[in-house]
Amino acid sequence: MKFTCLSKGGGFHFPPCHMLSVSGFRILLDCPLDLSSLAIFSPVPIALEAHESLDTDSVVRKKQKIEKTLDANDLVFAEPWYKTVKSLHLWDASFIDVILISSPMGMLGLPFLTRTKDFSAKIYVTEAAARIGQLMMEDLVSMHMELRQFYGPEDSAFLQWMRWEGLEVLPSELKKIILGTDCEELGAWMPLYSAVDVKDCMRKVQTLKYAEEACYNGTLVIKAFSSGLEIGTCNWTINGPKRNIAYISSSIFVSTHAMDFNFLGLQGNDLIIFSDFSTLDTTENMENDNTYCDPVTSSNASDDLYNLEEIAASLLKDDESMEEMEKLAFICTCAFDSVRAGGSVLVPIDRLGIVLCLLEQMSLLLESSSLKVPIYIISSVAEELLAFTNIIPEWLCKQRQEKLFSGEPLFAHVKLIKERKIHVFPAVHSVQLLTNWQEPCVVFCPHWSLRLGPVVHLLRYWCSDPNSLLILESGDDANLALLPFKPMAMKVLQCSFLSGISLQKVQPLLKALQPKLLLTVSEGFEVQDPNFRSKHDYSLL
Amino acid sequence: MAIDCLVLGAGQEVGKSCMVVSINGKRIMFDCGMHMGYTDSRRYPDFSLISKTGDFDNALTCVIVTHFHLDHIGALPYFTEVCGYKGPIYMTYPTKALAPLMLEDYRKNMDRRGEDEQFTSDHIAECMKKVIPVNLKQTVQVDKDLQIRAYYAGHVIGAAMFYAKVGDAAMVYTGDYNMTPDRHLGAAQIDRLQLDLLITESTYATTIRDSRYGREREFLKAVHNCVAAGGKVLIPTFALGRAQELCILLEDYWERMNLKVPIYFSAGLTIQANMYYKMLINWTSQKIKETYATHNAFDFKNVRNFDRSLINAPGPCVLFATPGMIVGGFSLEVFMQWAPSENNLVTLPGYCVAGTIGHKLMSGKPAKIDLDKDTQINVRCQIHQLSFSPHTDAKGIMDLVKFLSPKHAILVHGEKPKMATLKERIQSELGIQCYCPANNETVTIPSTHYVKADASGTFIRSCLNPNFKFSTCSSTDKSYLDSNKSKAVSRLSVSDDRATEGILVVEKGKKAKVIHQDEFLHRLGEKKHEIQFAYCFPMHMARTEDLSSTSHMLCSFDKCTLISRLSMILSDELSEGNILDLGEELQVESFRVSVCSSDNCPHRLSSSLQNGSESVFFCCHWSVADEKLAWKIISIMKNSTL
Repeated sequence: MKFTCLSKGGGFHFPPCHMLSVSGFRILLDCPLDLSSLAIFSPVPIALEAHESLDTDSVVRKKQKIEKTLDANDLVFAEPWYKTVKSLHLWDASFIDVILISSPMGMLGLPFLTRTKDFSAKIYVTEAAARIGQLMMEDLVSMHMELRQFYGPEDSAFLQWMRWEGLEVLPSELKKIILGTDCEELGAWMPLYSAVDVKDCMRKVQTLKYAEEACYNGTLVIKAFSSGLEIGTCNWTINGPKRNIAYISSSIFVSTHAMDFNFLGLQGNDLIIFSDFSTLDTTENMENDNTYCDPVTSSNASDDLYNLEEIAASLLKDDESMEEMEKLAFICTCAFDSVRAGGSVLVPIDRLGIVLCLLEQMSLLLESSSLKVPIYIISSVAEELLAFTNIIPEWLCKQRQEKLFSGEPLFAHVKLIKERKIHVFPAVHSVQLLTNWQEPCVVFCPHWSLRLGPVVHLLRYWCSDPNSLLILESGDDANLALLPFKPMAMKVLQCSFLSGISLQKVQPLLKALQPKLLLTVSEGFEVQDPNFRSKHDYSLL
Repeated sequence: MAIDCLVLGAGQEVGKSCMVVSINGKRIMFDCGMHMGYTDSRRYPDFSLISKTGDFDNALTCVIVTHFHLDHIGALPYFTEVCGYKGPIYMTYPTKALAPLMLEDYRKNMDRRGEDEQFTSDHIAECMKKVIPVNLKQTVQVDKDLQIRAYYAGHVIGAAMFYAKVGDAAMVYTGDYNMTPDRHLGAAQIDRLQLDLLITESTYATTIRDSRYGREREFLKAVHNCVAAGGKVLIPTFALGRAQELCILLEDYWERMNLKVPIYFSAGLTIQANMYYKMLINWTSQKIKETYATHNAFDFKNVRNFDRSLINAPGPCVLFATPGMIVGGFSLEVFMQWAPSENNLVTLPGYCVAGTIGHKLMSGKPAKIDLDKDTQINVRCQIHQLSFSPHTDAKGIMDLVKFLSPKHAILVHGEKPKMATLKERIQSELGIQCYCPANNETVTIPSTHYVKADASGTFIRSCLNPNFKFSTCSSTDKSYLDSNKSKAVSRLSVSDDRATEGILVVEKGKKAKVIHQDEFLHRLGEKKHEIQFAYCFPMHMARTEDLSSTSHMLCSFDKCTLISRLSMILSDELSEGNILDLGEELQVESFRVSVCSSDNCPHRLSSSLQNGSESVFFCCHWSVADEKLAWKIISIMKNSTL
């Protein structure tokens, strides 16, 4: 067995990516895109303002101000490219046997692989994740079209910004995003795939239900178990002739929408690959050694059963989900205050579950007051996505399933759309939107990077209004994301949502699962150069 | 170990499906239905056969319900709430969602018929709380040993076939299924599984059905003709399933023909049911699934709710009324009003259980039906039997049985004579042992139990050794494909049948292991003992000149002659074995024979030579493996003369 961490990822939208060799098969775990790096590009301008071209004068001028603080003109003014997992393109895609996708976010980079020649891997995704992932990719392609139309069919073979002369003049912050800390990530940038690539990719996907057995090549039995992070997200078990492996991605024990983290399904595996790095983003005091491998001290077998129930109960104590609900309630009150003051609220959050819960709570709050404030959802795939969320009871948490059994819609938005309290439009320029538009309002739209989609136009429109509110998911660099919209009078509310197993629950979880071996990647572990890969590989035989 | 199947219902009949299967120590109840044809105790399965003491929680591991039809679920609230079963119950999501509607509808009709109530509304709600919903193909670990999995059955929305596995024994209970897709559901789908037992329905054990499009046209024509002539159409159905399917069909037809005749749903068959269907659209056919975002196929435009006052309103209409099979309730009420007019039409979709009015109408057209001793209904209306039913036909059953190729099959949910015909077919055409037990009978079949064993290196190496056997076959070789002329060929044929011998060692607390016999001795620290047989006996000899004088020591040359003569005799008589002439000795496998020169040979039983004939003693040795061969050779030798 051989395990290579290709990328530790970064947060909810950029899950980790690993390569695993087991029983002679090469398994890729997730294939995400680093969409936060879109921040280096400038959003589509309002009008064709005279944008300085990269002639020699400006190069000189730019060089002079390199050490100054960053401003909007420093951003790359070109059709965006997309950053894939940094060392994945160094692997021969035709040698991959199996790809396991744990979340819709984990499949955004998939079309880059499936369109390569000789690609033959079997891709396993849960049914719900596949559908949501497909819609996300289609939305990405359609949002990118807008920028493409703006820049025209430029010969993208040789991009100005990617040339050394171009890179040299870029501010160090942007250069770091483009090249990575060790200047080796330039090869990871790719022009976006097409709608045809997405369709082709989806054809190669094999969809599964939770706990459905998929037998690969008569050797590996692969199963997906719900991880609770989002609708359709999962953890995997891989049962081979010699070893039983469980792969744990970012998981949430009790969810407000998706089916809960089914950790009991992961029991009985002797090796656990722990790949929930959500806590690493927030905590700093982690051990600094490269790999951490510690056989969990097995307690006495006699008190196992009793313990297990106790542990399970403590893990499922839903204090976390309560906290999340409070967060949502807080967001709703902030939004309510804004609309009451006559301002509008812009919510570019792309976490399906959070959006669905926010829609319910926000409309409840608005309903209880006398304010008649419309809620708009603007996205090319919103209509289908909302319809889809209402036909998948099998993928939702217990409380939502109860709604099926009592004959109510799974999410309240169905009713709200019918009552015309929520309006769904495919784009900002659609005619129905223009005729229906009414301010103040609450708008949910993509994309969280603030570089693509309807959010760009609405943010430009409201950024100087001190009564309006922007609700952002706090990311690595909100400053950079907001740069093109500065100076901003608009209020900004940054919030972070639970995106994985909290640190204090890791230990009891592992106690419940009783693995012989635990494999994880801790802080500071980076695969630096694929040529020296073996140094960092974790091999177990 | 064995699998025991106790048939509590639907044995050689249709109605109250219920089967309790004991499989490697686990006891599963499949379906818990009621019989629509009875109103007394025969309507429920005889649960006392499961446990005399009524301790069902310990007697059963779990209950599995395949779909929401009353003949599969009708007794469940009674079993859980009145009999007190508290263990786990499994059904698919749609079944769990829709079953309460069916049960509630039935309960209300029972009330109206004035029967004593068997369970209440609360019972239904309490019962449904105990149900664990499952998704298709989801592998559910019921306990450490029992695994169950649902497969799409296509009979009604949410109908499933259930696979159960305990250890190495596995079985499938199909419930009701349909092998051809219909208007709103797909066809049954299942993996190729290794099964000891398949329990399948056999409603249409002998019927082969043609294309459903012809039958759909026929149905639409009949309905259209009736409403065009101003008649009323009554379609008695159960709340869910058939009603939605026919409604999709009628909606489509109404749109196409631009008809304005109202289509009514009676209370109970509600628009609310369609709400469920909309959320469960993933469980319908591919075609309907694809349209969910734009137009949900279960949004019916022409359908309205029916009111009792409309029964005798003038003008044509189409009415879907519950319950199906006209067992009572509203459909009976309407039937009594509409049956006397020949303008009207009663369409009976699907199967009607014996004893119901629906069944009477289907089996020939009676002019009068006695409801009870006071009431008689004149039947003048037209009767149309809808011959499409969401059950598979005989071909479908055969296809499924052939596809799964179980070691045994049990037929339930059918009519006795037809089941017998199908049973014969399965046994003769597919060579699968088949049973069709009656109610309250138990069928026992053997189950599989695999022992996983490691194999030692020496054993594996010994498997790789070739085991060549040379034999001369002088007889006519029939295996020659081109040899029409039977030619006597004498040729050496080589066979390599690798029968490897090993010893299975099962030590306490350790995994079973297959080892080579040499290792075994080593492991036990024992020496190898071989059993050798020996026998010395005289053989007749022809008096010949060259054997000069009797009672002389035979010289070694003579011994060789004798042996070569014997060799000739044996090679004529003996078909098997490879005869080796080693000069003074003859060897066939481990059997060795030589001329005995000692007078006091310990293996000699009768020491004296027989009188009157010339004899010579032969001494034989062989090991126990070749005992049969040895005695064959000895008998040849005793019966022949050298």
